[in-house]
Amino acid sequence: PPAHSCKDWIGPPDKHSNLRPVIFYVPPEESPLERRLREARQEAQACDQHFWARHNRAFCQEKEEFIYSRLKAKGLEMRDETGQKATLNAEEMADFYKDFLSKNFRKHMQYNRDWYKRNFTITFLMGQVALVRALRRLRWKKKNVGN
Amino acid sequence: GLFVWHLKNTGIRQVPCQFVHLCRVANARFITFQYFNFLKRMYVTQHNKDLSQRAKPKSDSVASPFRELQQLDQEKKVIHKIRPISPVHQPLSETSSRNELREMKSAAEAEGSVTPVRAESKEDRQWKEMKLRLDDLPGILARLSKIKLTALVVSTASAGFAMAPVPFDLTCFLLASLGTGLASCAANSINQFFEVPFDSNMNRTKNRPLVRGQISPLLAVCFAASCGVPGIALLTLGVNPLTGALGAFNIFLYTCCYTPMKRMSIANTWVGAVVGAIPPVMGWTAATGSLDAGALLLGGILYSWQFPHFNALSWGLREDYSRGGYCMMSVTHPRLCRRVALRHCLALIGLSTVAPVLDITTWTFPVISLPINLYISYLGFRFYRDADRSSSRKLFFCSLWHLPMLLLVMFTCKKSFLEKEDKGDLLGGNHGRAMEIRLP
Repeated sequence: PPAHSCKDWIGPPDKHSNLRPVIFYVPPEESPLERRLREARQEAQACDQHFWARHNRAFCQEKEEFIYSRLKAKGLEMRDETGQKATLNAEEMADFYKDFLSKNFRKHMQYNRDWYKRNFTITFLMGQVALVRALRRLRWKKKNVGN
Repeated sequence: GLFVWHLKNTGIRQVPCQFVHLCRVANARFITFQYFNFLKRMYVTQHNKDLSQRAKPKSDSVASPFRELQQLDQEKKVIHKIRPISPVHQPLSETSSRNELREMKSAAEAEGSVTPVRAESKEDRQWKEMKLRLDDLPGILARLSKIKLTALVVSTASAGFAMAPVPFDLTCFLLASLGTGLASCAANSINQFFEVPFDSNMNRTKNRPLVRGQISPLLAVCFAASCGVPGIALLTLGVNPLTGALGAFNIFLYTCCYTPMKRMSIANTWVGAVVGAIPPVMGWTAATGSLDAGALLLGGILYSWQFPHFNALSWGLREDYSRGGYCMMSVTHPRLCRRVALRHCLALIGLSTVAPVLDITTWTFPVISLPINLYISYLGFRFYRDADRSSSRKLFFCSLWHLPMLLLVMFTCKKSFLEKEDKGDLLGGNHGRAMEIRLP
């Protein structure tokens, strides 16, 4: 984002976490409330990024391992004669999906709780900041009108 | 071919193989399925399967505008998936890109050229200022409120209104439709507000406004409140309190029960089916002011319909659900998934037979609807027995036309309330016409 910009900027989805990173603008006269909001958003972004990048990587890795072990059990190689990667059909993969979901259930429960908490906190702070800004603008306008 | 060569050179192992694999399997049926699948995902988001009904043949006209939109989206998505070629193992891209590649293949075959879209996708990969542009706002809010899905919900409510055995009141009808529409917008917005990181990780939902940062969460909540409050107020004051209460309850059920439950237990499907069943009940209570057997029957028909529809759809989305952490029957209890779908197909036959008993329709309704109900039950049975992609697809596609047709047939077989009045007179009334005719 350009240096002169006074807005937040959002980027393309991350390769691993699929979340879009945000670069937050720090205004020169940032109030404590605004700083709390920005820091909360930054922290949330970091938490989400960490969780999903790790989770997606684990998914792909375990999927590879599953395919490998199943192919080995069937006596097939990872690649067939033409050099392409051998894959399992949907029904065979279904076992993996079920297993993966139940293995990660508790992890998801924890993440869900954290996510909801963070989401509500951030939105509430946004509301507070918006209210304060609106009141400030109203007072400034009144002052101007008065003058 | 070009892509395969390019990718092979950059050393990605999986993607070229998927391409070749993809080229082999791509055929007309597949393409159609992918289009429809994507279309249906629009209606039947895993989060929104409740609001996936189509009331009348209106659905046909709704289907085609989607295709143009979605084709572009598909191509856009795919182009920018292929571009960031890195030697690093792309984690999620394996299957999602496989899906996207399929869609691209199908889109390319249909369109013939993907070049015009490249500019758009490049833009999509750039950093964007998080500033709300007023001219974008209507489009953003439409996507936030899932406007097309809302339209379908409103048509279901209209079907409920139309089936009610009372004289048609246009004002009431319009107020009820508007109120239901606003309530649906509110519920959908809150749903998206709750699901941002999960939506980012699923192909179907990753272009939503909150995911892309086009709108702030605060604004999304404010929009939801500014739709929900007037919507429910309109229903309560402009129609009747019962409809308002049902609307408010449905919003609560959808946002506070169904949405969190999706990630906790497979029971979410049943809750979602109730959410889908309530709009026609609301339509009925808007017309009659009371919750009688007819309303419950209509709700029951929609409730049962949800299962073959959603279970068949979810059969093909197991990977995304598994990775995203969604607890769906198709992943955790596949046999139950198929059994429930079949069970509810058969229930539809039963419910159609009950309709004339409750004086909602004439006896021609169960007779005329029997063929389509039997057909969907047959497909439900095939899905139960075969448990494969092709049977799930067939069942899903059937459900798409089955519901509008069933509701249409129901409407044409609706028992005119004049008939009922006469019947009442014959049976015991001291009322006017019937008696006059009988007197010598």
